Amino acid sequence: MSVIEIEDLTKDFRVGFWRKRPVRALDQLSLSVERGEVFGFVGPNGAGKTTTLKLLMHLLHPTSGSARILGEPVDSVSVRSRIGYLPENPYFYDHLTAEEFLSYLGSLFGIRQPALRRKVSALLERVGLAESHNLQLRKFSKGMVQRIGVAQAIINDPEVVFLDEPMSGLDPLGRREVRDVIVSLKARGVTVFFSSHILPDVEVLCDRVAILNKGTLREVGALHEILKVRIEGHEIILVGPVLEMSDSLRPMCDELRLMGDRLHLRVQTSSQVEKILSYAVAHGAELLSVNPIRASLEDYFFSEVTHQSRLLVSD
Amino acid sequence: MRILTIARNTYRENIRDKILYNLILFGLLMTLSSVALGQLTLGHEDKVIVDLGLASMSVFGTLIAVFIGISLVYKELEKRTVYALLSKPVHRREFILGKYLGLLFTLLINVMIMTAGLWLTLLFHRGVGFDSYLRLLPAVYLIYLSLALTTALALVFSTFSTPALSALFTLFLWIIGHFNTDLLEFGKLTNSTPIRWVTTALYYALPNISNFTSLDSRSVIPHAGYYQPIDPRAVGWISVYALLYAGVLLAIAITIFSRRDFK
Repeated sequence: MSVIEIEDLTKDFRVGFWRKRPVRALDQLSLSVERGEVFGFVGPNGAGKTTTLKLLMHLLHPTSGSARILGEPVDSVSVRSRIGYLPENPYFYDHLTAEEFLSYLGSLFGIRQPALRRKVSALLERVGLAESHNLQLRKFSKGMVQRIGVAQAIINDPEVVFLDEPMSGLDPLGRREVRDVIVSLKARGVTVFFSSHILPDVEVLCDRVAILNKGTLREVGALHEILKVRIEGHEIILVGPVLEMSDSLRPMCDELRLMGDRLHLRVQTSSQVEKILSYAVAHGAELLSVNPIRASLEDYFFSEVTHQSRLLVSD
Repeated sequence: MRILTIARNTYRENIRDKILYNLILFGLLMTLSSVALGQLTLGHEDKVIVDLGLASMSVFGTLIAVFIGISLVYKELEKRTVYALLSKPVHRREFILGKYLGLLFTLLINVMIMTAGLWLTLLFHRGVGFDSYLRLLPAVYLIYLSLALTTALALVFSTFSTPALSALFTLFLWIIGHFNTDLLEFGKLTNSTPIRWVTTALYYALPNISNFTSLDSRSVIPHAGYYQPIDPRAVGWISVYALLYAGVLLAIAITIFSRRDFK
């Protein structure tokens, strides 16, 4: 059983003076997430990522469709004792200290003293806020707010965690810390569903990714599956009498670079690879490596999004 | 338990809000000023102190109920703190009830402070017997009930409106509530049946705040001539009215809040 099941989830917002004009923010989204996965949810601004997360948290009512978390409908209150949520650009209670805030939210799960006190201390330690435990949240920096946000999302040792832009506003050190938290959650078997603009982080952390654009799901699958489609060629590295061979090899490839005693060639087709290898071996060169050139998630993302934009413009 | 947890946090937030202390201070100053004003009367200083003290309690208590009540839900929505809270195993109705109880407790502390201030003022004056201190309590109790009702009203508006409009609507209804009976009488005086129906409907629909200010110095200070004994049954019926009316208002607030989308 998938831990998150989304079926034809649609959300229209009513805008205009009389709130009669519907604007579709999410259009028949269907996907599922398996237990223990780190699932990335990417898309440009306005794609519907936060709308999806809010629908899953029952902060929004769907126009149609349904979603289930851990087998229960998303409007079930009991399932929320097994999940955690970090909203986008979180803002918490000004006048509470970090310790008071976590104790408050922890007590909503029925965690009692002295276990609550121990849990709060451990959490503050884990997110690097142990020394700020007595500081009021209104004095927190953005990075500190983000970290306390992560802490409140995992205070109940959830089975599934939903993070909306968890790296937002963090410096590289902060991002690294949040990444480490996500990795440690995965190691514990926690399912992580997070949306992010920082594609390199998604690439590093996620088992599967969904790409959303203008409320519609464009692509979903394992990263290596998505990016395999976009192999853009191969890079061949040769050593040996490369200087003598370079003039002969140049017409056989798309790009040729001499780097020290190595020759780097870039080709598009498999037949080019065969031709170059036959020539190189016949002339005494040694093959060091042949590697496929894959688009990064960022390249894939941009090509998908701009392609969709062009289709809409031509329509 | 969750309702009490939210109530406790709401109380903690409220007591850290400076507006509360400003209003309590003004209320106490008003009570103290009654000593000076009482000098203008001839032998009725105690009456002035009690009436002005209870009026201060009512007015400033209402201002606290309104200014904190209108932002109870609005602030959580505006600052998006409601997102983290409602993602926990909390029903939306528990959130509303917890917020309400938290402010009720804040108002209770406020009323106790102002009652203590009034007692000290009376003690300073030395003009009333010990039994008058006790007779103050039913009057204070009714004022507290009116604050509970006003809070529920503010909470309803807070679930869908901005603080400015919520304050306007709540204070408007609070003022109209003092003239409820006059509205009914006005309808009876006209010859128009539709107007009579409208005024009767409004009489029952609008909160009857004048009920809660029916006990004043005439019931607290048993001077000959204008003493009005406190009728326990009347206090009981007013309590039932307050409970039912506040209950309806909370049900409305819960219904509105449950259907809201938090964009």
